Amino acid sequence: MASDTTVPSASEMKPAGAQALREARSDAGGPPVKRYTLRDTLIDAVGAALLTGVLGFFFLALRTEIAPGGLDITTRWVLWFTAVAIVFVGRLLLNLFVFRTERPITRRLRRSSGGKVAVRPGWVSRAIAIALFAIAAFLPFLIMAIFPGQQRQLIDLSILILTYVMLGWGLNIVVGLAGLLDLGYVAFYAVGAYSFALLSTHFEFIGFWTALPLAGMLAAFWGLALGFPVLRLRGDYLAIVTLAFGEIIRVVLLNWYEVTGGPNGISGVPKPTFFGYEFTRGEDGASALLGLEYSTIHRFIYLYYIIFLLALLTNFVTMRLRKLPVGRAWEALREDEIACRSLGINTTNTKLTAFSIGAMFGGFAGSFFATRQGFISPESFTFLESAIILAIVVLGGLGSQIGVVVASVVMIGGIELLRNVGFLGNLLPGFDPVQYRMLIFGLAMVAIMVWKPRGLVTTRTPSAVLKEQKKIGADMVSQGEGH
Amino acid sequence: MSIAAEPRVPVAGTSVHRWETDPVLTVEHLTMRFGGLVAVGDLSFSVGRGDITALIGPNGAGKTTVFNCVTGFYKPTEGRIVMRHGAGAKANLVEKVTGSSARYETDKGSGVFLLERMPDFEISKKAKVARTFQNIRLFGGMTLLENLLVAQHNPLTVASGFTFAGILGLSSYRKAHREAVEKAVYWLERVGLVDRADDPAGDLPYGDQRRLEIARAMCTDPQLLCLDEPAAGLNPRESTELNQFLQFIREQGTSVLLIEHDMGVVMEISDHVVVLDYGVKISDGDSGFVKNDPKVIAAYLGVDDEAEIDVPEVRAEVTAARHEHEHQADPQAARDSN
Amino acid sequence: MEYFLQQLINGLTLGSIYGLIAIGYTMVYGIIGMINFAHGDIFMIGAFIALATFLILTSVLGFAFLPLVLLIVLIVSMLFTAAWGWTVERIAYRPLRGSFRLAPLITAIGMSIVLQNFVQISQGARVKPLPPQIQGGITLMQGDTETGAILVQLSYMQIIIILTTLVLMAGFTLLISRTSLGRSQRACEQDRKMASLLGVNVDRTISLTFVMGAALASVAGLMFLLLYGVIDFYIGFLAGVKAFTAAVLGGIGSLPGAMLGGILIGLIEVFWSGYFSVEYKDVAAFSILAIVLIFLPSGLLGKPEVEKV
Repeated sequence: MASDTTVPSASEMKPAGAQALREARSDAGGPPVKRYTLRDTLIDAVGAALLTGVLGFFFLALRTEIAPGGLDITTRWVLWFTAVAIVFVGRLLLNLFVFRTERPITRRLRRSSGGKVAVRPGWVSRAIAIALFAIAAFLPFLIMAIFPGQQRQLIDLSILILTYVMLGWGLNIVVGLAGLLDLGYVAFYAVGAYSFALLSTHFEFIGFWTALPLAGMLAAFWGLALGFPVLRLRGDYLAIVTLAFGEIIRVVLLNWYEVTGGPNGISGVPKPTFFGYEFTRGEDGASALLGLEYSTIHRFIYLYYIIFLLALLTNFVTMRLRKLPVGRAWEALREDEIACRSLGINTTNTKLTAFSIGAMFGGFAGSFFATRQGFISPESFTFLESAIILAIVVLGGLGSQIGVVVASVVMIGGIELLRNVGFLGNLLPGFDPVQYRMLIFGLAMVAIMVWKPRGLVTTRTPSAVLKEQKKIGADMVSQGEGH
Repeated sequence: MSIAAEPRVPVAGTSVHRWETDPVLTVEHLTMRFGGLVAVGDLSFSVGRGDITALIGPNGAGKTTVFNCVTGFYKPTEGRIVMRHGAGAKANLVEKVTGSSARYETDKGSGVFLLERMPDFEISKKAKVARTFQNIRLFGGMTLLENLLVAQHNPLTVASGFTFAGILGLSSYRKAHREAVEKAVYWLERVGLVDRADDPAGDLPYGDQRRLEIARAMCTDPQLLCLDEPAAGLNPRESTELNQFLQFIREQGTSVLLIEHDMGVVMEISDHVVVLDYGVKISDGDSGFVKNDPKVIAAYLGVDDEAEIDVPEVRAEVTAARHEHEHQADPQAARDSN
Repeated sequence: MEYFLQQLINGLTLGSIYGLIAIGYTMVYGIIGMINFAHGDIFMIGAFIALATFLILTSVLGFAFLPLVLLIVLIVSMLFTAAWGWTVERIAYRPLRGSFRLAPLITAIGMSIVLQNFVQISQGARVKPLPPQIQGGITLMQGDTETGAILVQLSYMQIIIILTTLVLMAGFTLLISRTSLGRSQRACEQDRKMASLLGVNVDRTISLTFVMGAALASVAGLMFLLLYGVIDFYIGFLAGVKAFTAAVLGGIGSLPGAMLGGILIGLIEVFWSGYFSVEYKDVAAFSILAIVLIFLPSGLLGKPEVEKV
């Protein structure tokens, strides 16, 4: 028999897996301590600068412009030279103080964050969770009290962040718990949004609250329908098929004019009502019902609490599921699918439940998105959206609920805040921070991953405890699909 | 030496063996081909209810392939694998199920399961055959307790009302969960790991991981436990402990089928030994019989060591057996399968 | 019939471009087992470099002899794009070597976003049109239909694209099968740790894999530019996804598979547009990918994966 004698490869040696990873890491990360001379350092910085020069030549120094009679080429030597100089100086400083010195200035940072995870007692993380919950529960009022001038934008931003938190939590079930790489999560978001939009525009009597469960069920159904044939695929094949599915949905939405309106999308999606009352001015508006003077902000606050409750529901269900057999089977599936099967777990069904429950929450978030915007079009459901949601899950730390919150706040909040830093534009003429949002977003993704490959929150909380709850370090936990 | 005194043919009715009268598992004419390679060729053997049965053989003999066929990870090319619940050989029922298109038939605690027709997870769930792996497969990032709870997935799923009752937090599920934890603790105590219940399984030393894997398999309430080299990498003390543990499992009413290289383990605890070489059965009987079977000695000692056998009669028999054996099997094909 | 032949030729041309990009995916996947999401954007970078070089040569330096211009453009864009490929690996993937599976996937997506936005900001978001440079062709057949005559044409452009692809493929196959670099590459594919123990410089081999993949992608970029005459910062995404689809279809890790997959995707797309609907051509390509994977999980030419228990 083949496996009797073959030398087990690293991935096969399951119990030693974590250890092997650690070894591999120390192999990769720890070159023997070498003393660098100033000369080496300079040469390195010159190399980096030269590389920048090469890379930037066609993009910074030159610019092709559409001109009468074809394309014209303009030069921007100053920009190019500045970039090269910045890289030279930056690399030199980094070399001198961080990379190539025995006492890097970042070493304290590294010690506090990168090393062995200090075992925090359970109550600390519980306290953090409660504090976050309390802040989130009163956030609109905090914003109104502290930033009355910008309350609309800030509450809107909070709604956006919470939408991503909810999407992240939904995807976390699929990727973080069950270890199935899904690159087309946005498809279910789209299914939810379009289901609600279509239902509500075709049937008068369907409002947000009736459509919400329907949209979730439809998305879950789509999750099942897609999952059934493809969940047999392993790892990256699953990823590419889900990506393809996401694209298929988008292309169909874009071209099926009669139903989806094509690129024009669907407008006039109704706003959510408050026990049948809309947030309008006048006697029969919800504000009047509550005895408040009408203000547009009420609708935003109401939207905020809707998404807050939806997100809480997602979190509650996920936390419950983790402690149930099905949730434990998801995590076991992520750790070792073959062992799962040897224990009598129907892995296909287990994967399908993860896929469809994740899809259902995506569908909920989608219908919320539709009602918030009042307008949807295929534009909002591109691969980039899937990538952002996946990035939030991975950056936050796979399987970690708090991690998703932190990552959403940092990535979405940080990026949206760039819109508001107009002063930078005054500082550097021609610098428009809005334009650089996605560039910075991408750079932040790379930087955070290189800094913390396991994400920001790297411990796993066991789902069942006998005597004392101990957090499990990330290097023990597998990421699924045989790795 | 008492070689001559042993019965040559075990079937001769001098002693009645449990694997003939009350088999829990029978493997009949099992053949497994990978492309052109015959990993297992026309293999038949039985596992007696309540026995500890050992499947031994040199490297590449096809032992793990047999395991993978029995536990459904491979679909055998040919052959029938029958698992029985409840005493007796149930010949009529076996033929009835084989004739039908059903995978199994059960009736009040007794039943017949045709494992070659069943998907892998069902073999554990319905036929109650549990297994461990040669390269230990624990859920490394989950605690010991969680590992044993995952093994109780199916009864717990039913208790959680297929998740719905569980989400609502009904007390019936909480009770089932408590019982599952009790059972887990029971097996953790058995393998002496209860103090580490809340540690990740990946943190355990090798020997402990082996025992935990067996405990996890036991949590599925198996009627037959298949162990793939349970003593590999254990030190002598751990080996002895393992023997005692296997005896204990047998006393609990679970039959054991194990693959082993360590002859000390095999001969000490096995009631029944089946020897494979190049995918073919070369000997089958109780440990005393097999130990002295010249074919076994030839297969184990190999060609070069023949001269080192210092008992002339044995050497002669071994040489004869080796010649016979080489005609039987096609060694080249089986060697290639590595 | 004539229509069919014409579509076949068009499909082969488009498929060649996908195939060249797919090789980069398949090589990287083979050697480090990751989806290099930024590879499609490397292709886009290659197209932009080719465009700029072409403009410098023709409008600034005044070269007129087209074959020479194209040759210089090819070489320059291969070199510069290779530098981009090397840098992406060095910044985003090498620090994560031996790390967890999803980390390099996320940095790859991050790099893809960075490259797209970098080009968008530095070169502008508007499309860059380039008038057709190579015109004319050979008329293979002429057929009459009710609506008029149909010509089956093999344009010089298509000949160049298919020939270049064939030459590159041949050279590349030789490189992988005959040289020591190819040998180290295959060794790293089999077992990276063992290869490094036997003295293969794994880091260098991986870097070279990225460099080669990027160089081939830049050739595809140049061809895309010449064939369609329009590029923008976003062409990398769809071309990349389709090329990856092609790599998976052909059996990931297999070079001939990548080429075959590329050609199949090209054909599917062109025939679907020709006979059914242009709008749903991507749906057709992706659906066929899903169907192939479900029934043939290791692709057309990939080695079937035996599940080790």
